[in-house]
Amino acid sequence: MKRARIAWAGAVHNAVEKDGQLELLTPAFAGRRVNFDDVVWLPPLAPVSRPRTILALGLNYADHAKELEFKPPVEPLAFLKGEASLIGHRAFTVRPDGVKFMHYECELAVVMGREAKNVKKATALDFVAGYTVANDYAIRDYLENWYRPNLRVKNRDTCTPLGPWLVDAADIPDPQALALKTTVNGQLTQQGQTNDMIFDVATLIEYFSAFMTLMPGDLILTGTPDGVVDCLPGDVVVTEIDGIGALLNTIASAQMGSGLTSRN
Amino acid sequence: MNTHLAHHWSPSGTVYGTLLNFQREHALWAPRMQESPYKAPPQAPVLYVKTANTFLPSGGLVVLPPGADVLAVGATIGLVMGEPLPGCSRPSLSALAGCVLLNDWCVPHDSYFRPPVKTRCADGLLGVGPALVRMPVALDALQIEVRINGVWKQTVTLADLVRPAAQLLADVGEFMILLPGDVLMLGTDCLEDGGRPLAKAGDTVEISAAGFKPVVHTVAKTLGETA
Repeated sequence: MKRARIAWAGAVHNAVEKDGQLELLTPAFAGRRVNFDDVVWLPPLAPVSRPRTILALGLNYADHAKELEFKPPVEPLAFLKGEASLIGHRAFTVRPDGVKFMHYECELAVVMGREAKNVKKATALDFVAGYTVANDYAIRDYLENWYRPNLRVKNRDTCTPLGPWLVDAADIPDPQALALKTTVNGQLTQQGQTNDMIFDVATLIEYFSAFMTLMPGDLILTGTPDGVVDCLPGDVVVTEIDGIGALLNTIASAQMGSGLTSRN
Repeated sequence: MNTHLAHHWSPSGTVYGTLLNFQREHALWAPRMQESPYKAPPQAPVLYVKTANTFLPSGGLVVLPPGADVLAVGATIGLVMGEPLPGCSRPSLSALAGCVLLNDWCVPHDSYFRPPVKTRCADGLLGVGPALVRMPVALDALQIEVRINGVWKQTVTLADLVRPAAQLLADVGEFMILLPGDVLMLGTDCLEDGGRPLAKAGDTVEISAAGFKPVVHTVAKTLGETA
């Protein structure tokens, strides 16, 4: 099942994908179908009762580590993000004025489904609710070597698109057998396979849950493969993972104001 | 249900910590800031996240994370964001919901190069004061005292901040939003030797400041085992 969270007709709704449309789960409209173009897509996450933990991985694909001139890490290189940086499918991400290098990162995002503490690798995937696609933008001009990657690079407003779907874990028996790709204005710029992760999903859950209790709705963004390029205002960036979804995002400049328009 | 917890304040948003925001620690680090891997002094505020699994109400046991023998005490004040003032999109001191006394525990670490997930985000590593204190608090004059087993260890003086509260809010607001309920911690000070007060299993640590209820925790090896 592919699940979405959308705004439509003045309210937020849970919906599922049915025959290329969204079928609403809201009781008043249960069964009603709406078109993808007629809704605002939100990050496909149910609200949680405590602040959401959003872990992200750096250098988790050997080719990307090489691209950035780093040796692959011996233990996961993790950092954290705040929920305020998340936006949904078909949204706009702001490129600050005057920056020289802002790039997307197509990532498999793991959404936790059960409380996880001291979970072992063998059973780790049982704790996953589902998977979605994240685009973990970085603005490299702001990199500083203090708690790197620092929050000014990685925790900016609008810079973590997520979606469109939360795909049930049951539908993804092997999260390490998925192809990833990114296109910019239709041109293929990034390609990879989740089986090239240095630390796979199960290993990451074991690693984190050994010292921090993860709760339902917490996220792990699992890193990105080789092939990141600069993106400019107006660029349409689609990060896609086989069987999970294609997450569309448009780069905007800070000055575009309310006149934001996508090329699509 | 534990009734004392039902009345205990807890952060409803993301909690951010600030590194190197006391003049003494900044000065002690200054000679190393040009060296590898840092290569330059930090320009923007250096922040980190304290995840929800770290939130620990005052009065409980803080359990040593796997592999840690001691914890460093981090007495600080957290600014709790309120609704922004009309016409003002950025948080400001006048728009805070209040502030809270916190013990921002960490596993001692001498490298500030990589994000401090294992050292700062293990379960229970944010001791949370029992109540929000409404503004205005005269933050620049505030002193926080640290005692371990009743013995004075440190006095933290908020007059010694590199970025005072208003400036820190403005500089963080330059690159990310702080939503109502989010918490921005002002930073933790070091001792004269650059370290922080350390607590081992069995130690009881009390953080206190005028106008705030104290934050008290006892360090334990495991739940139910204090020494």
